[in-house]
Amino acid sequence: MDTESTYSGYSYYSGRSRGSHRHSERSRDRHKSRSKESSRSEKSVTIKAPPAQPLLGDDTNQGEEVQDDNWGETTTAVTGTSEHSISQEDIVRITKDMEDSVGLDCKRYLGLTVAAVLGLLVFLTPIAFLILPQVLWREKLDPCGTACEGLFISVAFKLLILLLGTWALFFRSPRASMPRLFVLRALLMVLVLLFVISYWLFYGVRILDSQDSNYQGIVQYAVSLVDALLFIHYLAIVLLELRQLQPTFSLKAVRSTDGEAFFYNLGHLSIQRAALVILENYYKDFSVHNPALLTASKSRAAKHMAGLKVYNVDGPGNNAAGQSRAMIAAAARRRDSSHNELYYEEADHERRVKKRKARLVVAVEEAFTHIKRMQEEEQKKAPGEVMDPREAAQAIFPSMARALQKYLRTTRQQHCHTMESIQQHLAFCITNNMTPKAFLESYLNPGPTLQYSRERWFANQWTLISEEAVTSGLKDGLVFVLKSVDFSLVVTVKKIPFIKLSEEFIDPKSHKFVLQLQSETSV
Amino acid sequence: MAHIPGQPVTAVVQRIEIHKLRHGENLILGFSIGGGIDQDPGQNPYTEDKTDKGIYVTRVTEGGPAEVAGLLVGDKIMQVNGWDMTMVTHDQARKRLTKKNEDVVRLLVTRKSLQDVVRQSMLQ
Repeated sequence: MDTESTYSGYSYYSGRSRGSHRHSERSRDRHKSRSKESSRSEKSVTIKAPPAQPLLGDDTNQGEEVQDDNWGETTTAVTGTSEHSISQEDIVRITKDMEDSVGLDCKRYLGLTVAAVLGLLVFLTPIAFLILPQVLWREKLDPCGTACEGLFISVAFKLLILLLGTWALFFRSPRASMPRLFVLRALLMVLVLLFVISYWLFYGVRILDSQDSNYQGIVQYAVSLVDALLFIHYLAIVLLELRQLQPTFSLKAVRSTDGEAFFYNLGHLSIQRAALVILENYYKDFSVHNPALLTASKSRAAKHMAGLKVYNVDGPGNNAAGQSRAMIAAAARRRDSSHNELYYEEADHERRVKKRKARLVVAVEEAFTHIKRMQEEEQKKAPGEVMDPREAAQAIFPSMARALQKYLRTTRQQHCHTMESIQQHLAFCITNNMTPKAFLESYLNPGPTLQYSRERWFANQWTLISEEAVTSGLKDGLVFVLKSVDFSLVVTVKKIPFIKLSEEFIDPKSHKFVLQLQSETSV
Repeated sequence: MAHIPGQPVTAVVQRIEIHKLRHGENLILGFSIGGGIDQDPGQNPYTEDKTDKGIYVTRVTEGGPAEVAGLLVGDKIMQVNGWDMTMVTHDQARKRLTKKNEDVVRLLVTRKSLQDVVRQSMLQ
């Protein structure tokens, strides 16, 4: 992708797409090989994948292949897996996803059906209270005129308000599935159930059995039930929605691989709900996890211990602790110049990135000058060369493709963006009249995870690891870990300090100044 | 040399007698003063007590009568010819030093090194 093209537009496009497809295939292989190093428990049959070559070497290989004139014949290059087969790991991963999703749905639907049944029961109870006497012993009832009708209206409207409130508060698609029960919601449902059951008991014993003739009393009883239901709804709002709004705790979430940290202010929540909030914010705050950036420190760590070998001269005694201590002491003592290497390497990298960035910015600015939005009147004049945004993007893309690819390769982001996505983004920017700088914004800085397509997230399945029960509330000093496959988020809870605010009144007339002289006189 | 208002000021002083030099039509002493009760004491580099509003010697010209008499930079002038200089304005101090009918000024000056020496000798 880093060579000049002399082909026509379409063949260029297909060549590029094949290159990028293979490229993404390679990156998937790399991801697979790397994820094998991480602690996944599934055993997998290793199909011989290409060795994880350094990124630059890999791509020059690719470049040479595309440069070949017979690229049509030689595109069936040797890769570990062909483009259409799935390796063992993929199969395991797919089945795992499937059974997880099936399990989730069952649990989710169970909760929903229980809640729906309860809600229906609660809603129909007052109506049943009103209708049953009329149906069962209409003749014995005292006639009840305007008072009853007034009460009927109030029952109707209160039921309507209750219905709207419940729809607003509870009829929302669940945004997550939690490991344990949501305690407060379960308690509220139990409360409502007990409440309605007690009302039914009273009704059944005192009214149905004795066939009370005072219909107004019965209607008032139904009204009191609806009032109490409204109050329970109010309680639900306060417990479920309002209580956690006031921030009490500050949570620090640190990503274990690169130390990126963010703080979130939360109120009184259970650990699992707090974890949910943090995960929702993870996708928008943390930059996307980039495993390519972690290899440098790993290789340094390997080099630290690489030069030392421990020989056991005292016989086959298992002196593991002594060995490791000896190694640490020796490593500390020897003259390590890796800090020097790190310093120069980083300075070099900075310079290279800046140079590539400058070239990229210039290339993009130049490319954007070739495109001009056509006005309405002009559209009728020259219908020949009119292009829609997608074609315009494809037209100017080749001039900046090389600079962009080089920049992405230097900052190790090239696996996050496919050529398709770049062209789509370019068309999007052209449509919305964005400047070159706005187009580049998503490539110059690694953005939050949501910005990328789902395959690049590396963060789809989360496990909550905590020493306290996950339904217990947040406490100062609590630590829990949200583990994903490639990395984990370590969350520490700290209490927001009690703020003592005092006031001081300053009289506006008290702002007075004097001149301070420091003169020196010679005598 | 911190002064508590209402208490008498005690200090170890050195007597310095300066004979004024006629320079043109002026009688000069050959040093510069700073300080005074109308000045900012916080700018005084010669004292640790930054509320001291006394008159300090800020410069001594080379070879002038003050240097000859033994005046040093950083000296605090306590008396001039019997007149007190610890609670005067800058201008009053200037006037007391530059009286045209006086040829000689007798100063009582104090400095930190004097205080230190006395204190050390008292300790021993």
